[in-house]
Amino acid sequence: MIRAGLQALLSHWWRNPLQLVTLLGGLALATALWSGVQGVNAEARQSYDAAAATLGEVQFAQLLPASGDQISEATYIALRRTGWLVSPVIEGRRENVRIVGIDPLTAPGTIGPITLTPGTDVAAFLTGRGQVFGTTQTLAALRGLIDADLVEASDIAPNVAITDIGVAQRILGLEGQLSRLIVAPQQPLGQASLADIAPQLTLRQPQGGTDVARLTDSFHLNLTAFGLLAFAVGIFIVNGAIGLAFEQRRSVVRTLRALGFPLHVLIALMAVELLVLALVAGGLGIFLGYLIAAALLPDVAATLRGLYGAEVSGDLQLRPSWWLSGMAIAVGGTGMAAASSLWRLARMPLLAAARPRAWAMAAGKGAGWKGLISVALLLASLLVIVLGKGLLLGFFALGALLIGAALGLPLVLDRVLALGQSMGKSVTASWFWADTRQQLPGLSLALMALLLAMAANVGVSTMVSSFRLTFVGFLDQRLSSELYVYADDPAQAEQLVAYLAPRVDAILPIQSVQADLAGLPSEIYGYRQHATYSDNWQFLTSVDDAWGVLGRGEGVIINEQLYRRANLNLGDEILIAPAVYLPIVGIYGDYGNPIGQAVVTEALFVQVFPTSVPLRFGLRLPSQDVPALSASLRDEFGLSAGNLINQAGIKAFSLNVFERTFTVTTALNFLTLAVAAFAILMSLLTLAGMRLPQLAPVWALGLTRAQIGRLELVRAIILAVVTTLLALPLGLALAWVLLAVVNVEAFGWRLPLYLFPLDYLRLGAFALIAAALAALWPAIRLARTPATDLLKVFANER
Amino acid sequence: MLLVARNVEKSFPSADGPVAVLRGIGLDLCAHETLALTGESGSGKSTLLHLIGGLDAPDAGSILVDGHDIANMGDKARAKMRRETVGVIFQQFNLIPSLNVSDNISFQARLAGRHDPAWDDTLITRMGLGAHVHKFPEQLSGGQQQRVAIARTLAARPALVLADEPTGNLDEQTADAVLDIMLQLVAETGAGLLMVTHSQRLAKRMGRRVHLRAGHVV
Repeated sequence: MIRAGLQALLSHWWRNPLQLVTLLGGLALATALWSGVQGVNAEARQSYDAAAATLGEVQFAQLLPASGDQISEATYIALRRTGWLVSPVIEGRRENVRIVGIDPLTAPGTIGPITLTPGTDVAAFLTGRGQVFGTTQTLAALRGLIDADLVEASDIAPNVAITDIGVAQRILGLEGQLSRLIVAPQQPLGQASLADIAPQLTLRQPQGGTDVARLTDSFHLNLTAFGLLAFAVGIFIVNGAIGLAFEQRRSVVRTLRALGFPLHVLIALMAVELLVLALVAGGLGIFLGYLIAAALLPDVAATLRGLYGAEVSGDLQLRPSWWLSGMAIAVGGTGMAAASSLWRLARMPLLAAARPRAWAMAAGKGAGWKGLISVALLLASLLVIVLGKGLLLGFFALGALLIGAALGLPLVLDRVLALGQSMGKSVTASWFWADTRQQLPGLSLALMALLLAMAANVGVSTMVSSFRLTFVGFLDQRLSSELYVYADDPAQAEQLVAYLAPRVDAILPIQSVQADLAGLPSEIYGYRQHATYSDNWQFLTSVDDAWGVLGRGEGVIINEQLYRRANLNLGDEILIAPAVYLPIVGIYGDYGNPIGQAVVTEALFVQVFPTSVPLRFGLRLPSQDVPALSASLRDEFGLSAGNLINQAGIKAFSLNVFERTFTVTTALNFLTLAVAAFAILMSLLTLAGMRLPQLAPVWALGLTRAQIGRLELVRAIILAVVTTLLALPLGLALAWVLLAVVNVEAFGWRLPLYLFPLDYLRLGAFALIAAALAALWPAIRLARTPATDLLKVFANER
Repeated sequence: MLLVARNVEKSFPSADGPVAVLRGIGLDLCAHETLALTGESGSGKSTLLHLIGGLDAPDAGSILVDGHDIANMGDKARAKMRRETVGVIFQQFNLIPSLNVSDNISFQARLAGRHDPAWDDTLITRMGLGAHVHKFPEQLSGGQQQRVAIARTLAARPALVLADEPTGNLDEQTADAVLDIMLQLVAETGAGLLMVTHSQRLAKRMGRRVHLRAGHVV
């Protein structure tokens, strides 16, 4: 019995391959976009976790030196002698690789590649040339540069090399120095006070999440939101395809039940059938998602490195959790899309009449309710924007805005078409408008998908273009020095300053230390008083004579990120260093920087951070002298290209980081639009097959098949035009929320909204071409429908 | 007795309150017997057929098919009865559009677990469908589709065949031919046949006639 039932159910797909392609394609595309984004996120998070596990920041408390300082071995020994169970760590960079030295004999068990378990070759790690652990790529960068055995370890974070502390000190040239001390969780009771032995150290409790993970959370949330949007667009297609398939099979279901097939078995079979289809489409989607993730990951890795300093592996790994979650979302999405259809089927009376177009009309039901929900969602979005705070609420506002607008679309389109109908003069025009209104329910899901995709495109392109415009202007302000010089060490820096002093108009040292300001990870800069700064830097807000107050060492200026995240205001005092409080006298824009920043005068900086030595310098000189000076610096000091960067070079680098940041969103945008075009094509093709009963009478009354085909094309274009026009204000609203709400929460800066009419025009043209191409095939099919098929409508009215 | 219906009542809801369609119907049918159920449109013929076929449940009364009372059956039991005891030939054929003629004919027999390919072949030949076994329903004429529907029912060898205007969509000549074959095959299988029809001409060819008017047997 089950075999016969299955044959009857599955034969539907055999006879309707287009529907099967729509269902599988829609679900595969939705899963692909979602799992692609998740693949990228999972890879990045894995890298952060590997780094955190290696460095022990998450699990263990740490003793840290004052900003910009190191810990002496003598302090470490003093702490150990007075009962502190601490383990030393040294960190530094060599060839852009983060070298981390640990002491395996005192380090807590889970840190580093070496643990004191039976069979571990600790001797090789500790003695002789020593061993350096890292991934293949990391070790490749170090090969030939360091005197130690290189050992491959795949579970170590990218661009991080772990070795014994003595080996690391030798490699980094930091003999006798330590970066921090890891504090073991269990400490003896009779321990001396930290303030007595090492008052210069501060105890930092376990982080419970890495700084990098916290910093990049917003970036990943952005990607996830886009993935979800693309998935939602895909689910529109799946919902449509499943709804249609169920509706078309109502007569089969009725017949099967009339012939004695039990309803519960029938529902179970259909659920299993959907599960199998979901697994097939999910598998295909995960494969496509893998390709998408592999294509996007290098750009994401570059973005995270350039913007956040976070190291992410550029290679994608197939993690079970990733493909299992991809399968789960495919099955869950199918279940969500099919739930109402299965429910209707379970409650369908056996003698219910077959209604082949009921699916198409179903979307038109409850229009009043949908209108109310639409208005409620739009109002909720507005309320959240005005009253809410936080990134999640920002995304909620975006979601409510988009879903509310999508639900309201059929109502607006119906009103527009009704207007067209009232203006139609000829009988053909009257029929055309009335018929288009009748088609609207069947097309509304696809048009909603188009609206969302278009709005996302307008919104994101507006945000990116506004950002680019602001960022380029900002770079022009901030990168005003003609040449930037980087010294390799303090001695060379001193020689460089002496050499440059008579040859340039001004030397502007760039010196900074990492610090926690108002509880947030930040950096403090010491600036040399010069017109370069006061002439070029624009404050977002400041006290009167901010540069004067700052120059007298009586204030500090901070970036917008710190101002917003710490909820600071002009006049508030912040702690720059122990016992050094300064009032905020100005807030400046600092686009592209994820962390807080504060600027004080050079004199104050040197006084507070005496061990910090500037190695970078901005040089002011006539532009035409830059090539000659660069050449002489290379000759005199043997400086490499990396040590000499002219203004154009650093601008290009900054812009490159910026462009790569948005490569991912642009790619996702494009893919979402492609999914929407697919939705329209499939909806039109499906409707074309069901349209004969409506078109046959019109044909019989005198319209030619070619005319009918042309009208079908015009209909699709008109609907796409109206949808595109509606997508424009929605997209601009989306851009505004992104710039004024989401960006502020995610990145800490607010950008002005610029409009780009030409871009919108181009995007609209693309959408129309996509809609026209999607409509062309069904229109041609209708135009070529054999007359016998049209006659069958009259011959067999069932 | 193959079918015993007593005091069967059925009404349907409407905007003006329940409308009684069957008002205490009684009916008997033996195996090998053929019975025509006639009446005006709206007299309750199809409703009675649906109740006897287990497609719907009566509001009151009893309908015993092969000794089992449909009125007391749950959904599963009625589905089993439809599968194994009763065969319904619908006016609108109700073929499965995605299966070809051959698969449609064997379908109910397979559901009932009584599939006999040789009997299928006999039916196909007798119904004149030999040239169409690989065609799909949409490729057949109305008469051909009705013959497939009849073959599908008889292939399962049900004890009781219910036919709802089986020739209603066919011209007179084709209707006569289809009824000839149907009566021959029903006689060969020993089933009882209850046929709903408007046509007095066709009703006269059945062993017995029952006329319904406004929900009563007259």
